Amino acid sequence: MPINYYIFLAVALFCIGVAGVLTRRNAIIIFMCIELMLNAVNLLLVAFSKMHYKALAANQPDAGINGQIFVFFIMVVAAAEVSVGLAIIVMMYRNTHSIDVNFLNRLKH
Amino acid sequence: MNSIIFSAIWGIVMMFSGLFSKSKRSLQTFAVVGLILLLVVNTLELNGDHFFNIDLHNMLYFAPFGLLSNSIAFASTLIFFLLSSTDIFETGHNAAEYFALIFFVLCGISIVTSFNTLLMLFLGIEIISIPLYILTGAAKKDLKSNEASLKYFLMGAFSTGLMLLGIAFLYGATPNGSFMLDDIAVGRTAASPLYMIGLLLLLVSMSFKVSAAPFHFWTPDVYDGAPTVFTSFMATIVKTGVFIGFIRLFGDAFGQMQSRWQLFVAIIIASTLFIGNITAVFQQSVKRMLAYSSIAQAGFMLFALLALNNFAKEGIILYAAAYNLATIGIFAVLGKMKDYSFEGFNGLAKSYPGIALVTTIFLLSLAGIPLTAGFFAKYYMLAAALETGNFLWLVIFAVACAAISVYYYFRIIQAMYFKTGEPQQLKVGIGFQYALFAVAVIVIVLGIFPQWLINELYVIYV
Repeated sequence: MPINYYIFLAVALFCIGVAGVLTRRNAIIIFMCIELMLNAVNLLLVAFSKMHYKALAANQPDAGINGQIFVFFIMVVAAAEVSVGLAIIVMMYRNTHSIDVNFLNRLKH
Repeated sequence: MNSIIFSAIWGIVMMFSGLFSKSKRSLQTFAVVGLILLLVVNTLELNGDHFFNIDLHNMLYFAPFGLLSNSIAFASTLIFFLLSSTDIFETGHNAAEYFALIFFVLCGISIVTSFNTLLMLFLGIEIISIPLYILTGAAKKDLKSNEASLKYFLMGAFSTGLMLLGIAFLYGATPNGSFMLDDIAVGRTAASPLYMIGLLLLLVSMSFKVSAAPFHFWTPDVYDGAPTVFTSFMATIVKTGVFIGFIRLFGDAFGQMQSRWQLFVAIIIASTLFIGNITAVFQQSVKRMLAYSSIAQAGFMLFALLALNNFAKEGIILYAAAYNLATIGIFAVLGKMKDYSFEGFNGLAKSYPGIALVTTIFLLSLAGIPLTAGFFAKYYMLAAALETGNFLWLVIFAVACAAISVYYYFRIIQAMYFKTGEPQQLKVGIGFQYALFAVAVIVIVLGIFPQWLINELYVIYV
């Protein structure tokens, strides 16, 4: 399959994530949308990695491997972020009994 | 390498020290000792003493520019601990963990100042950000702190997503599939649309991280809501650290095609200076004013990115030092106050003449008045932009904005000296005042002899 298909799919997934972050008001759903963005990037990196492998494998047997390693790092960092992010959301829920982001703006002044 | 490993180890040590010692004094001493150790090992590395010989596959690259900025970050944190650690203890019960998180942030800063591949840039930025989300929400019962923490987290994760998409595009655009800055640098890579979109996404996400307009909207709320001590840390040391990474990224990877993105940066600078300065004028709270002032100062630091010449490198080092010292000093004074409004400063010169004097020096430095470090910092930035030859309009605009900034900085000086009011009781010890004086002296010395710091960049160690 041409690489363009993968790029379009990943960008579409990413845009769904961005749209969710910008329009939804529930902190957990915003959070899920951010994860969707990260996973779109993972998909793209793996696709590019395969593309580089196909193009360069003749001279360089490990071509494209660093893209896949990057994906693992993104997964690890995303897991760390989830643990901190959920803790923050729980902390907020304890104080306000709500995870609505609009609720926060009312507290501003 | 020394500072990366030592700061990570010391962070873990600090975490466990909370188990064995409940005494605040020993915790503070422990943290200060750790920072002095970090400064020493970093200076040794500048001298060429590498304690660890690890095969890094060229993923990190240690140059004097990055190491010197590490030193500035460590020295600023040392001053920050000496001035503000009592405020850290007042934030919550987990002081040892706060210190540990600060050490982890310093580890991230050391990575960001010396990365050589986009993987390390990403990891460094995340190692900086994740502990900061926790520190922002450190006051667990305070709703403003909660709000700041959640907002910072969502915005930070969002901008990380943008950055990763940019990195993925660049990876696809390099012909040999690599994240190395050298391979990404144009010359080996044709500037395809994929490449340009990747570059633009990196520019946007890094602007998010350093809070440059129009991606600054999270900054005032986060800086205002976070506990004042940690605002001080975020607005100074972290921001300048990320700036060094920003400049290294665009200097090393995209430097050869500067003409194609320079205009974008110029627009970002103009809007950052304009929005930061104009909005700061209308603030009622000094803390919020300082948040906007940090946006305005980021506009000046971006001049180094615009120019990317030797002046710019010298300037950003000096700017980082000047801005860190002055802002940490002001935040330390502010942290001792109960009333954060401008009226809170009324009559401070009568009850605390010493503190009022050093605060004045810090504010003058931020405004860029001669004889303080801030003057030469701004001078170097504008000189760097002038040397590129085609941004005279931006320099004139920046000078006008600096003039506006004098208004809101001098409002505090006016309140302290020329207004009478109910003087606040500050809980300050004599040690705090001496430390504050020492910082003010450094600000003035750097304002008279800036070359003492800058020459460090060019010292060839044997």
